[in-house]
Amino acid sequence: MGLKAWTFLVVGLTFAIYIVIAIRARASSTSDFYVAGKGVPPVLNGMATAADWMSAASFISMAGLIAFQGYDASAYLMGWTGGYVLLAMMLAPYLRKYGKFTVPEFIGDRFYSQQARIVAVLCLITCSVTYVIGQMKGIGVAFSRFLEVPFALGLVIGMAIVFVYAVLGGMKGITYTQIAQYCVLIFAYTVPAIFIAVTLTGIPIPQLGLGGSMADGSGMFLLDKLDKICVDLGFAAYTAQKGSTMNIFLLTMSLMIGTAGLPHVIIRFFTVPRVKDARFSAGWALVFIAILYTTAPAVGAMARLNLMETIQTGAVGAPDGNLSYEDRPTWFKNWEKTGLLVFEDKNGDGKIQYYGNSGDMAAKAESYGWKGNEMVKVDRDIMVLANPEIAGLPNWVIALVAAGGIAAALSTAAGLLLAIASAISHDLLKGIFMKHIDEKQELLASRIAMAFAICVAGYLGLNPPGFAAEVVALAFGLAASSIFPALMLGIFDKRCNNIGAICGMLTGLGSTLVYIFVYKGWFFFKATAMLPDNPANWMLGISPGSFGAIGALLNFVVAIIVSRNTAEVPEDVQKLVEEIRIPEGSGTAVTH
Amino acid sequence: MKDAVGYWQANLKLVVACLIVWFVVSFGFGILLVHPLNNIQIAGYKLGFWFAQQGSMYIFVALIFIYANKMNKIDRQFDVDEKEGA
Repeated sequence: MGLKAWTFLVVGLTFAIYIVIAIRARASSTSDFYVAGKGVPPVLNGMATAADWMSAASFISMAGLIAFQGYDASAYLMGWTGGYVLLAMMLAPYLRKYGKFTVPEFIGDRFYSQQARIVAVLCLITCSVTYVIGQMKGIGVAFSRFLEVPFALGLVIGMAIVFVYAVLGGMKGITYTQIAQYCVLIFAYTVPAIFIAVTLTGIPIPQLGLGGSMADGSGMFLLDKLDKICVDLGFAAYTAQKGSTMNIFLLTMSLMIGTAGLPHVIIRFFTVPRVKDARFSAGWALVFIAILYTTAPAVGAMARLNLMETIQTGAVGAPDGNLSYEDRPTWFKNWEKTGLLVFEDKNGDGKIQYYGNSGDMAAKAESYGWKGNEMVKVDRDIMVLANPEIAGLPNWVIALVAAGGIAAALSTAAGLLLAIASAISHDLLKGIFMKHIDEKQELLASRIAMAFAICVAGYLGLNPPGFAAEVVALAFGLAASSIFPALMLGIFDKRCNNIGAICGMLTGLGSTLVYIFVYKGWFFFKATAMLPDNPANWMLGISPGSFGAIGALLNFVVAIIVSRNTAEVPEDVQKLVEEIRIPEGSGTAVTH
Repeated sequence: MKDAVGYWQANLKLVVACLIVWFVVSFGFGILLVHPLNNIQIAGYKLGFWFAQQGSMYIFVALIFIYANKMNKIDRQFDVDEKEGA
């Protein structure tokens, strides 16, 4: 059976499973639609959270970034897992105790202000939409490859599927489908990783294989070999640090805080039965996430090694050391069709030269008659999907990866769209502007909001401001700078008042948004960027993706200073904070 | 009257202890001290690189479970836990 047939079969089969589950558990009331009746046990909730959380950025994009950035991409690994520690200890149990539907609802009550709630909705929509743009890029890559169509068409098909999918079920449908999706995506991620680890190192556990030695008889450690190949071809050593320490530090911090501040993840912790389950739920979520995240470094390193060895078949500079374009493998041809992999025969020798320009490589290359790197475009986001093909794994494995990538992108996009929809219909309309709409109208409004969000994100996804994981990192920066500080101060600082919180959120969101837009273009339209996006132009060397940590700091400082200089927090709100801090007396799971 | 202040203090103490470990393994070993630690090699892994791409994540998982267990004990100790059936 051919690859295409396999792909249709596996993707179709997994879809059928999700749809059946979604229909069987279709949302019957608004409460079900948003938070699944608050009755999901912690292990299952952790699994669903993991699926919700691990998006196209984690599944499709992250290992690709690791493959090309090596050590520097550790920021994504530590950032996207370390945030759960913050979430478990500083937010999840308290928000569960408080026990409402949405994040803006909490902020509105805690800071006794409708304005605060509106600002929170604004923050939530900004970061969620940015996040969905990243998903759309990933979805576009996955669909364009497996339908063998150009990227733009793949994206449009993906948008349509996401829409149908997200509108069909609410959270309840989503919780159980997401458990199914987790199973599909983790299987799809680890199976090829195990295959490749065995082929390269003879060790069936990728996490150990990465630290193992090559099975090719050389006895070299895999990472040492990869370092050597990279350096020989004028790239930076894989395990060496390339960016500045400060930038890696800030990016990690920004991703961690952002993780804890993302509305669609937080909303998950409203769905567990008890406060103590909220704590364990975060732990279980991280267990399920870590299975993929500790495999990703192995996938990245092994993909890079395989890619380099496929192209550089012999000694560097030897006349027949390079793969000739005529002999390029099928995966190469297939990815060329999507426009995400581009070869240009600069020196007209019909062979592929792929090299960097660090060290004395430029001089050496000239002596070999090479006229520049000929792999003019290798989109990082194709690496995970291409990996099993590059390694020559069977077709069913490749099809499985496609299904996994699509599952990851869909589950997260659906969760985010739900967060956007609930912010608009529940917080803005029902909560503030149109208090007397009934449940039916509220559901309708939320579906319209979803459709609108998909169109905006899809449009911007056609020309994304970066690779999927990088766009998602921007979304985290926005969440870090706006939502997390307000939530944390709301729980840990009894003296933080309404004006303080509003000023803090606006400062954090505003500063981060402006910093991103200056380099990425206003509202992500590239043509409107005011400064080129490279380290030389960054303020103090801080990349737009890392700025969220600074924005969060500004948020904290402003909120605390303003609070101390304005009216005190009313008695009853102080009581509310004291209530939130102790687990006793939490509402039962289905009171709403 | 329950000792809400004492409970909150005990909670903060535990959180701070956990966050110190959280910071040291990721930002400390994985980023700030990565160069000196990379001089130590365990099998194919340089130690700093291992903390950044493997070790810190395992420790994060352990941290959350340790926190959740200890917190449940503190809840019971101060008698503020959710009673069965609540």
